[in-house]
Amino acid sequence: MQDPSTGPLATQATSSFTEHLQRSRPELLPFNQSLPAGTVPSSPHATTIVALTYAGGVLMAGDRRATMGNIIASRHIEKVFPADEYSVLGIAGTAGLAIDITRLFQVELEHYEKIEGTLLSLVGKANRLGAMIRGNLPMAMQGMAVIPLFAGFDQVSGVGRLFSYDVTGGRYEEQEHHSVGSGSVFARGALKKLWKPNLSEENAIAVAVEALYDAADDDSATGGPDPVRQLWPVVYTVNRAGNRRVPDRDLANIAAAIVESRAIAGREA
Amino acid sequence: MTQQFYVSPEQLMKDRADFARKGIARGRSVVVISCADGIALIAENPSPSLHKIGEIYDKIAFAAVGKYNEFESLRQAGVRYADVRGYSYDREDVTARGLASVYAQSLGAVFTAEQKPFEVELAVAEVGLAQEQDHLYRLTFDGSIADENGFVVMGGLADQISDVVSGAWEPELTLAGAMRLALQALAADKDVDALPATAVEAAVLYRASESHRGSRRAFRRLLPEDMTRLLTEES
Repeated sequence: MQDPSTGPLATQATSSFTEHLQRSRPELLPFNQSLPAGTVPSSPHATTIVALTYAGGVLMAGDRRATMGNIIASRHIEKVFPADEYSVLGIAGTAGLAIDITRLFQVELEHYEKIEGTLLSLVGKANRLGAMIRGNLPMAMQGMAVIPLFAGFDQVSGVGRLFSYDVTGGRYEEQEHHSVGSGSVFARGALKKLWKPNLSEENAIAVAVEALYDAADDDSATGGPDPVRQLWPVVYTVNRAGNRRVPDRDLANIAAAIVESRAIAGREA
Repeated sequence: MTQQFYVSPEQLMKDRADFARKGIARGRSVVVISCADGIALIAENPSPSLHKIGEIYDKIAFAAVGKYNEFESLRQAGVRYADVRGYSYDREDVTARGLASVYAQSLGAVFTAEQKPFEVELAVAEVGLAQEQDHLYRLTFDGSIADENGFVVMGGLADQISDVVSGAWEPELTLAGAMRLALQALAADKDVDALPATAVEAAVLYRASESHRGSRRAFRRLLPEDMTRLLTEES
């Protein structure tokens, strides 16, 4: 703990947890390292995330696979997390760094809330995440990029909003739907056909799961629904009431319905 | 150069302690009560935005009396300590005992080494799964720390208020019961029987917040309308 009596507090005071770590414990930051020359050994990569808006909110879904080259590194990984009560983020890219950046971002938001006594605005949160991704740029240049997708409920305007990022920390607001990760191209295609304005929450969840199904169909790094191990995508919805994780029971039914309808159609997808 | 007069260490410490006590005695009081539903924190505070009670971490809250700028800087330092610890180890590894001992060291260092001691008194509360696992620590301006059982009363009228609370406190109190007791106790020096909900700042650390409220974070601030609802529902 910094001794509150030493030095002018006002200059030390910051409501940003990342800034505080940078000053006092820089070794704890996930991206604050200088790497020696050479190639990084292959490490698990997180894959596809989709997000879409619906009537009264926004939702995000991610498959459960992490890959390391041609190997499946994990079938159970979770890549969509609640950032705080009114926002969620999903991550694609180097899993080890991405999970730590997520943890840092969660603490960053909670820390601000506790110090300031109020929540950050949604755009404020999106900008903080952008700054962290920019901080990771040196690592990205070593081949360890982290690309998040951020979604939240804007309490001022009363709608769900979506933000995508590039590797340099650039932040772009997306309309309707977006997807990141290796299977994102195929998920985008599916979303374009499946998404409609004013979807109900129930239908929106089904659209997200089906987009991931299509991504898994064509991208070997994306995992589809796994009825053997009872593994389903991780889906979070965010609306005026806050975020909620969709229970596995519901996802199992939705995934089963998708597989069944495709089987009945009996076409080449 | 001016000649320094010799002052004995006893006298110096006594002067500092008297100075700090005087500062604290001017402030309005705070009551922290452990009850069946969790831990209730109630402060007499007419301002809706300058808080005396704050959230530190998942299960840990902070309450203070004395000079605002001093306890506010201590609160922020506590939040930083807890967040760094929880981030570098795990959320479970942040405990009220650890926080209280760091506070004790800071207060003790300021008391002996600085120009003037902090004119504050702090309470650090941690809610447990069962009431026996609740922790209430009380820290005074000189860095002494006390592990309290059941409730903590701090501030100018601590003795008077403490008498009222200790007379009626029992472990089976509900949240509304604890609030009612606190409002009644805080009115000890006034003509009314109990303070109105608008004159106090209140918060609660809910027990088993994961299963009951769906959140790790047990702390919740109660607005005056929440208080009124709570008090009328059960009476």
